[in-house]
Amino acid sequence: MEKLKYERPIINKINLGIPNKFGTKPKFEPITQIDGVPVQILAEKFGSPVMVISEKKIKETYKEAKRAFTTRYPKVQFAWSYKTNYLDAVCRIFHKMGSWAEVVSGFEYDKALSNGMPGNQIIFNGPDKSLKDLEKAVINKSYIHIDHFDELYDLIEIAEKLDEKPKVAIRINMNTGIYPIWDKFGFNLENGDAWNAINKIMISGKLDLVGLHTHIGTFINTVEPYGVATTKLMDLVIRINEKFHTLIKYIDLGGGFASTNTLRGSYLQGSDTCPSFDAYAEAITNSIINSGMDIENLPMLILESGRALIDEAGSIVGSVIANKRLADGRRSMIIDVGVNILFTAFWYDHLINPGQSFSYNSEETTIYGPLCMNIDCIRPNMQFPVLKKGDLIVISKIGAYNMTQWMQFITMRPNVVLIDLQGQTHVIRQNETLETITSLELIPDYLKS
Amino acid sequence: MKIKSNLAISESGFVFDPETGDSFTLNFTGKDILNQINQGISLNDIQKNILEKYDVESDSLEMNFYDFISMLKHFNILHENE
Repeated sequence: MEKLKYERPIINKINLGIPNKFGTKPKFEPITQIDGVPVQILAEKFGSPVMVISEKKIKETYKEAKRAFTTRYPKVQFAWSYKTNYLDAVCRIFHKMGSWAEVVSGFEYDKALSNGMPGNQIIFNGPDKSLKDLEKAVINKSYIHIDHFDELYDLIEIAEKLDEKPKVAIRINMNTGIYPIWDKFGFNLENGDAWNAINKIMISGKLDLVGLHTHIGTFINTVEPYGVATTKLMDLVIRINEKFHTLIKYIDLGGGFASTNTLRGSYLQGSDTCPSFDAYAEAITNSIINSGMDIENLPMLILESGRALIDEAGSIVGSVIANKRLADGRRSMIIDVGVNILFTAFWYDHLINPGQSFSYNSEETTIYGPLCMNIDCIRPNMQFPVLKKGDLIVISKIGAYNMTQWMQFITMRPNVVLIDLQGQTHVIRQNETLETITSLELIPDYLKS
Repeated sequence: MKIKSNLAISESGFVFDPETGDSFTLNFTGKDILNQINQGISLNDIQKNILEKYDVESDSLEMNFYDFISMLKHFNILHENE
């Protein structure tokens, strides 16, 4: 007689509370394939865990963002935010679709060059640009976004030394009605620093002020601050034109658009709170169009959106290491995906699904990573189906920041695989080995024997 | 090892404790085990029955079985001597 399919016996206490009208149905649907490639095959072929990038999803999301802005405003340029995900294959997908590069360090700048970006399509942000970095960017005619007065004076000196007129913008921080105000970067608008910097640039005659830049924050779940920021930048554009008879060629609204991930502690699901690209575009482009600037002299709009463009294209396929019972009776499940490779677990209640079919039963579960550290917790508390050792799990929407902020800690970083538009798989970053780590280490002679 | 008296166990795996007002849900294997305990079958024999009936290895079952028993005790459904 054929045996029945087994499932671990469970008992759940029913806790009745006040009905929540915002409550969402727990979604327990298996993710058995990504872009037609079975997750089982991905785990077998590339190991568990494995990070997976969907080219199809990247392109869909990019096209949606571009459509939202270009249907409202003709002069729009996206610049791929390298720090969000600077794997070369990912950057090249964005560049092939027309994105420039937005970099924040000499390392990222060199990466953009090695990805074939011409200097005049690289935007150089960030507070830490060495003199060497600045010289290289000036020679390559990149757009340098000045972060502070020290950098401004460095650039004036470099311009004199190289007999070049660098193309610059200034980064401006401002009050847009959200908290916290990101005033670490750039010149403050309200206290007059930004206007002071603009005057210094214009009066020096050594720099070509072509743009104004702001980046109001991160994971901004409301569109109104973008409208406020755009209006304030446009007011400056007009003021510069009036005083110096100079047309600013572009305004750069930076990034900060939210993705559909759910922030930890958030009452509502991210998919319910994340504004659409259309909503962001409406707020920004309306403020440009409705400004007092002549229509023929309106500046180009640059966007450095990262998270919103790549988050949903990334997934991790991992597996269950063990199930345990916590002191209070809750189940804990240990998986082979830790916070060392899933840095965003500190910020999000990540969407986790089983990688194979399962029964409808679920238990209150704490999901831990494999690290021998108590902080290695992927989900502190969620209803999760009953999985057993070796079962696969899929964590979705992890494309942003994890492949740049991850760290080699206790375990190695895994393979990253790209699934192309034809459903073919390509390793775009190999998993680390012991040699990867030890090749950088040196042992003093006296410790060798 | 005995199940708490007066406990109501439905066909669908719903458990109600009239003494405390607590209610619980069981999955099908959980219900199977609880029913066998209710019939007075020893824990060892229940494990053998489950091994014969379901597609599971003995090591996995043993681990899951005693975890389940500990949860029954945690919820005051099962008592050592009653």
